[in-house]
Amino acid sequence: MKDSIISIDDVSFQYPDQTAFALQHVSLHVQRGEWLAIVGHNGSGKSTLAKMLNGLHYPKEGTVTISGLALSEENVWAIREKLGMVFQNPDNQFVGTTVQDDVAFGLENNGVEQKEMKERVQEALEKVGMTAFLNQEPHHLSGGQKQRVAIASVIALRPDIILLDEATSMLDPAGRDEVMNTIRSIKDEEGLTVISITHDLEEAAKADRVVVLNQGSVYTEGSPQAIFQLDQELLTLGLDVPFPVRMSQLLADEGLILSQRHFTEEELVKDVWTLNFKK
Amino acid sequence: MDIKFQEVEYRYAAGTPFERLAITDVTFHVPSGEYVALIGHTGSGKSTVLQHLNVLLKPLQGEIEIGSRTIAAGRKEKNLKEIRRRVGIVFQFPEHQLFEETVEKDICFGPMNFGMSEEEARQRAREAVRLVGLPPSVLERSPFDLSGGQMRRVAIAGVLAMKPDVLVLDEPTAGLDPRGRREVMELFASLKKENGLTCVLVTHSMEDAARYADRIVVMHKGRVAKRGTPRDLFHDRASLTALGLDVPETVRMQRLFEEKLGQPLRQLCLTPEELAQEIARLQGERS
Repeated sequence: MKDSIISIDDVSFQYPDQTAFALQHVSLHVQRGEWLAIVGHNGSGKSTLAKMLNGLHYPKEGTVTISGLALSEENVWAIREKLGMVFQNPDNQFVGTTVQDDVAFGLENNGVEQKEMKERVQEALEKVGMTAFLNQEPHHLSGGQKQRVAIASVIALRPDIILLDEATSMLDPAGRDEVMNTIRSIKDEEGLTVISITHDLEEAAKADRVVVLNQGSVYTEGSPQAIFQLDQELLTLGLDVPFPVRMSQLLADEGLILSQRHFTEEELVKDVWTLNFKK
Repeated sequence: MDIKFQEVEYRYAAGTPFERLAITDVTFHVPSGEYVALIGHTGSGKSTVLQHLNVLLKPLQGEIEIGSRTIAAGRKEKNLKEIRRRVGIVFQFPEHQLFEETVEKDICFGPMNFGMSEEEARQRAREAVRLVGLPPSVLERSPFDLSGGQMRRVAIAGVLAMKPDVLVLDEPTAGLDPRGRREVMELFASLKKENGLTCVLVTHSMEDAARYADRIVVMHKGRVAKRGTPRDLFHDRASLTALGLDVPETVRMQRLFEEKLGQPLRQLCLTPEELAQEIARLQGERS
């Protein structure tokens, strides 16, 4: 596909000493500016795929192209400039002693000049709403704040793509919203491409498109609405469905009349009311 | 085994310029055989409370009764081994602590450390593996060849092999997929029900607290902000949102429905299944 920012073509991968393939003939294209969620059970290949997109693994078969660069040992550093990652554990990704040092670290590594570095640190922290914490020590921040700083560190490098590898799974609900709202606003402003690897359905529901991985292969893909219509199928894959969809199913099982499965609680309540209670 | 906290206070780095108050005036009771959920915003003091449950931290004020032992501030405590056997803690990401060549050796490590014979420890390992729903063949395998969910279970089996009376669970489902989460939570529920274990669950999930806990302790800024049964506690949404928390999705949906209905349902529903049944019952009554 022409306007794909990421092209994964028929990729297979096997860890050393393992007989089973972690990824089998995976083909996947990500459009520029798209928000793609990748969901799948533990061991479905999500993390392997994430590591591959950042050049921590190379395909055994097939090709990966990121921002026009074919994934190879020669290109890996250029690719890492294009694609930034935010990991699961907020405590494992700090190197600086203060918030601004931390954001500056990646820039320094890339030889950005002092003056420009200061501007870019400031700019990145503004975008995640963390300028008030410039000189704070990272370990005094909440989980959500830490992840926002991690996002700032990534966007200071001005990547095309940001990859969230279960970046909200260790946060409380408020921290989760905080991080997702930050990503949404940056994406809209900068036209960033977002890939989020997640178990959290609320997070997947916010994406433009959802890819379901199962046992190292692409099981299906589609809009969140289309994917969540698969409810029983998702359950057998070890996944879940969003609350209103599940509730729709339970109410239908109890014999209530519903016009369809609903994706918001408001619509569901309205439907239950109109078709079952209003006389 | 009962656990009682009486006005417990703890400060990190006490007596240094970095001293920081972590918890204060913490009083609550975990009755034997009950399931208690400890909830609160990040940094509310949950983890500090947790570490007092088997005396990894000792109170600087107040006292804690754990079974027949009393741990009081300002005393030297000896012989904590028995408490640590009887109160088993499953830490976050417990699979990070797996280290042995085989699952069996890993599970046997704890019991043997507490002076059990190898034969007895192996017997316990077999039992523990069965309890967590893994096949006996897993005992011979390397823990590092297992899936994430299986590794989590092996780590939990390691705690169960000590035959604790109290199981303390710190976000036990973090990082697991939805099926793994359900299975692990059902496992604890059945250990409570079938084996009479007392459970203390530290969680961010209001859904889990609502579904599984007999009572809930809400921590806020190092203090106990609220205590009560899930039905009492989740009744009042405003007081929870003030603490940076919220009610379960089921309760939010119930409230929306009650608005349409113009009257409250008979009682607060704690699980989606319960709410669906209640709405169906009401519909049946009306038609």
